[in-house]
Amino acid sequence: MSEAEAKAAVADLLADYAALLDEDRLEDWLELFAEPCRYCILPRENADLGLPQPLMLCENKAMLSDRVVALRRANIFNIHRDRHLVGGPRIRRLGSDTWSLEASYAVYQTDTEGQSRLFSVGSYRDQVVFQAGRPLFRDKLVLADTAAIPTLLATPL
Amino acid sequence: MQPQVHWQRQDYSRVPFWLYHDRALYDLEQQRVFRGPTWNFLGLEAEIPKPGDFRSVWVGDTPVVFNHDRDGRVHAFVNRCAHRGATICREQRGNRKVHTCVYHRWSYDQQGNLVGVPFRNGVNGKGGLDPSFDFAANGLRKLRVECLSGAVFGTFAEAPEPLADYLGPLAAAKLRRATHKPLRILGYQRQRIAGNWKLYLENVRDTYHASLLHEFMVTFGIDRATQQGGVAMDARHRHNFTYAHAASDSDQDAVAQYGQHQLRANALKLADPALLKFEREFPDDLNLAMLSIFPNCVFQQINNSLAVRQVRTKGVAEFELFWIFYGFEGDNEALTQHRLRQSNLAGPAGFVSMEDGEAIELAQRSTQAEPDACSIIEMGGRGPIVDCDFRVTDIPLRGFWSYYAELMGMEPPGAVR
Ligand code: FES
Ligand SMILES: [Fe+2]
Repeated sequence: MSEAEAKAAVADLLADYAALLDEDRLEDWLELFAEPCRYCILPRENADLGLPQPLMLCENKAMLSDRVVALRRANIFNIHRDRHLVGGPRIRRLGSDTWSLEASYAVYQTDTEGQSRLFSVGSYRDQVVFQAGRPLFRDKLVLADTAAIPTLLATPL
Repeated sequence: MQPQVHWQRQDYSRVPFWLYHDRALYDLEQQRVFRGPTWNFLGLEAEIPKPGDFRSVWVGDTPVVFNHDRDGRVHAFVNRCAHRGATICREQRGNRKVHTCVYHRWSYDQQGNLVGVPFRNGVNGKGGLDPSFDFAANGLRKLRVECLSGAVFGTFAEAPEPLADYLGPLAAAKLRRATHKPLRILGYQRQRIAGNWKLYLENVRDTYHASLLHEFMVTFGIDRATQQGGVAMDARHRHNFTYAHAASDSDQDAVAQYGQHQLRANALKLADPALLKFEREFPDDLNLAMLSIFPNCVFQQINNSLAVRQVRTKGVAEFELFWIFYGFEGDNEALTQHRLRQSNLAGPAGFVSMEDGEAIELAQRSTQAEPDACSIIEMGGRGPIVDCDFRVTDIPLRGFWSYYAELMGMEPPGAVR
């Protein structure tokens, strides 16, 4: 795979990530992650203070799938649709099969009355690996500028 | 203003909805509750370890700074310049010997005394302050401060009862339990909920909802009303302690009890059970301990996730929940990581707490149109307000209303206390 092809594949992974969340296909979204993997939403406020406290932390794919199962079967949250707007990614090679991916995001939520609100803005700081020729998230860090969560945080950012 | 409340019952088993929606009542609450004879949680001493460290917080909707002076004492003052009212400390936290307002650079010491006014003698003999201007009488509004077991409390009262008396033996003991070793701050979470602050104080005193609304608890068998536990209050029902003993019920009993209400106890297993592991670290065997201190904080232990939540009012229909997660100095790396992992249980994204945001907004939204209708508070019985050795109860809510009504000067004749 050429450098350009690899970069395009990483960019596609990011596009799939946002689209699957917005389509509420959480089980398919899960398959964008490698094993082992980490998914972490960290308030930028804590990151700036050097404090480790996340808003959401899944240390491996099993924990990530527990989140998805809980959202489907146990948790009750505000009924809404998500809409991700993701800025142009910065993609850089870290190793032979490893890439870093950075992009800004904004997530809007639309409620049952048809009202939309800005829910969260921040940036992704990700590590992507190629496994069997396919890019997957090894580490997804959602660095959330929006520290004050409106209502609650259920669906992944 | 004297609020006229038509209490249908003297034991607060009916509460009119307009109390969550009235702006004039909210303003009076700021005065009589948050700036009244209560002790408000400001923060943790571990957040301001060094001399000069300060933090900006809120007491109700009054901006307050608490800071640490050279001699190790903690002081607090209203974060509003005596000159023309600008915010003095604009940062959430920092370290400073002198606090200077950016507007005209009046400056204050760590106690809030006015120590500097630029051009106070004017320029070339012209302008400036009159020589009779009294610096001592024109400082910042100060709060009285007391610390207990690493927690900092402040009050606006001129002659407050001592903090220990205000808390009473139960809340003081449970606070000491929650912070039984020197703390290590892990970080913060914040949540904005579109509801009246009293809905949240009720929510944390309402043990009845816990395993019903937070289905995760039951579905994954983490905390069930069939576990041994209960609720306890101080003599005046200001504060509330809700607790459960670890592993004190049987799976079969839980499945049967919840099954009657179409709830699936233990229906699912976590793919990674590490989330629910409980490492006993207190002398007792409680795995759930929630201490609500009136009017603005909750110390939480959910297994090994420890945090304190501060309630900050943001108008009649909104409040911020400010969560400080902590562990202890001397925690090893594995335990710290476990606390971070287990913090998935609480907070705005918590498996067993996210629903509270939704439930409170549902209640706020639908009660607006019919302000004279009432909620029903009768689980656990009516009449006297008592402790329970069970958790299917909302008696502590009646305790909350009883003290609130007393503070607000709106008790019904013959009120239950
Ligand atoms: S308002 Fe602060 S110095 Fe003037
Ligand atoms: Fe709750």
